[in-house]
Amino acid sequence: MKPIISTENLTHVYSMGTPFEHTAIRDVCFEAYAGEYLCVIGHTGSGKSTFIQHLNGLLKPTSGVVRFEGEDIHKSKAFTRDVRFRVGLVFQYPEYQLFEETCYKDIAFGPKNMGLAKEEIDRRVHMAAAMANLDEELLARQPFDLSGGQKRRVAIAGVMAMQPSVLILDEPTAGLDPDSRAEVMRNVENYRRTMNACVIMVSHSMEDAARNADRLFVFHDGRLEITGAPAEVFRHSKELQDMGLTVPLAAQVAMGLRARGLPLPEDIYTNGQLIEALLAVKGGEPDA
Amino acid sequence: MLKDITMGQYFPAPSVIHRLDPRTKIIGLILYIAALFTAKSYCSYLLMALMLACIIALSTLRLKMLIKGLKPLIIIIVFTAVLNLLFTEGEHVLIQVWKLRLTLEGVRTAGFMLARLVMLIMGSFMLTYTTPPMTLTDGIERLLSPLKKIRVPVHELAMMMSIALRFIPTLVEETDKIMSAQKARGADFETGGLIRRAKALLPVLVPLFISAFRRADELAVAMESRCYHGGEGRTRMNVLVMKRRDWIALAVCLAVLAAVIALAVFGL
Repeated sequence: MKPIISTENLTHVYSMGTPFEHTAIRDVCFEAYAGEYLCVIGHTGSGKSTFIQHLNGLLKPTSGVVRFEGEDIHKSKAFTRDVRFRVGLVFQYPEYQLFEETCYKDIAFGPKNMGLAKEEIDRRVHMAAAMANLDEELLARQPFDLSGGQKRRVAIAGVMAMQPSVLILDEPTAGLDPDSRAEVMRNVENYRRTMNACVIMVSHSMEDAARNADRLFVFHDGRLEITGAPAEVFRHSKELQDMGLTVPLAAQVAMGLRARGLPLPEDIYTNGQLIEALLAVKGGEPDA
Repeated sequence: MLKDITMGQYFPAPSVIHRLDPRTKIIGLILYIAALFTAKSYCSYLLMALMLACIIALSTLRLKMLIKGLKPLIIIIVFTAVLNLLFTEGEHVLIQVWKLRLTLEGVRTAGFMLARLVMLIMGSFMLTYTTPPMTLTDGIERLLSPLKKIRVPVHELAMMMSIALRFIPTLVEETDKIMSAQKARGADFETGGLIRRAKALLPVLVPLFISAFRRADELAVAMESRCYHGGEGRTRMNVLVMKRRDWIALAVCLAVLAAVIALAVFGL
């Protein structure tokens, strides 16, 4: 299968030739396939935001290539613009970018820029609103009257309305209460399943990443340090902690118990796995 | 993009010029500008250029950066030079096309004007390039403090200036972010006529204003909750002290001004 989006030796240097020169990412090689759920992890300044802005052509690589369906996204201006619509990017705190008088108009901004017909725009706005679980009644209201969680979902719907085949979200749940957080995660999952889209999620929450992602990408100091399925990545729990990242609680407990001599496998990262492994060691059955 | 604007930015470096007291630099700049406008002859311009070159050399900043800072102002500079070139009356006509006369005096005035503008801008840049904005407003506040006697709210003005300066980078960053976000939804800021481009800015300006008001609100609450009540009885963390190097620098600036005035008086 061909990757839907990929990068080869992607490097980006900010403010080249001034005293503020700074290499944000270095030699990043990355591949993503349709229908995949990926998580990009790294602490502040690790280059993950710079990285995702390359995927839809907002930033131009200093060296290296970004390919969408095998073609260099910067091969022509028209193609770069086209890629913007096919690789949807939801920034951090996207509700700060709402600007229209009604939610309907704001969600319609992307499709309108695509030059779609009026009926198609209308269809897409309603589709995106349904995907983000927004009531029809909300569409006529001013975005500034809504609650924080609702605003966030309006902003995400604004990107979903372009129906991108790759949906990138930069910490979409930051600053939300647990209910809204779960809601946003459900909306994104819903979108991925319905559209068979590739979802790339930038996240601080290892628990979320461990639970949902097919593969994880760990950034550290501008490099892609560890990649793989959650089980493989959390095998490196020690390295992850050295990078200043927290690993899921279950992995931490397992690591602590291993250090105290309990023979637990290295790929534990969910509570269920931990319980099973502990029971196996104890040699007993779960007794309710 | 927006981040590449070097005008008015501070470039840290461990040089003598950076370490000078901000008051010295402000007064020095005023003297320098006064000298620049008194200068009338080749000799005095040469002296001014020498002074600027010394300051630049001492600051250890790269010349490339200074020239980059001039870029946004090139149109004004060239426009002024061309106006002077064409509309200066003179006797030695070099070329005449229709009613436009290119005179030797015109070339001379245009040349001087060009040099004066470039040196003026570069000199002012040296102040902002080598002084952190907060230190600069501190210096201005101290210099203006005598005005407190006639009830000018000097501290409040300086505080407003500090806040404005402090928030320029934040707002630039914010603008960048909002522009990127709207671009990700296909907004196009680069093509189309003037009206279309102005309209395209709406999705940037609305969120920017909302966020500026939000920030102002938050800052006001934060200041109030820390009992900020204006300049009365307020002490500073870094007290400005004039050192020997400051007096030497001021003496040099005064000497240059005196020399330029002398040159002008004797018509050299």
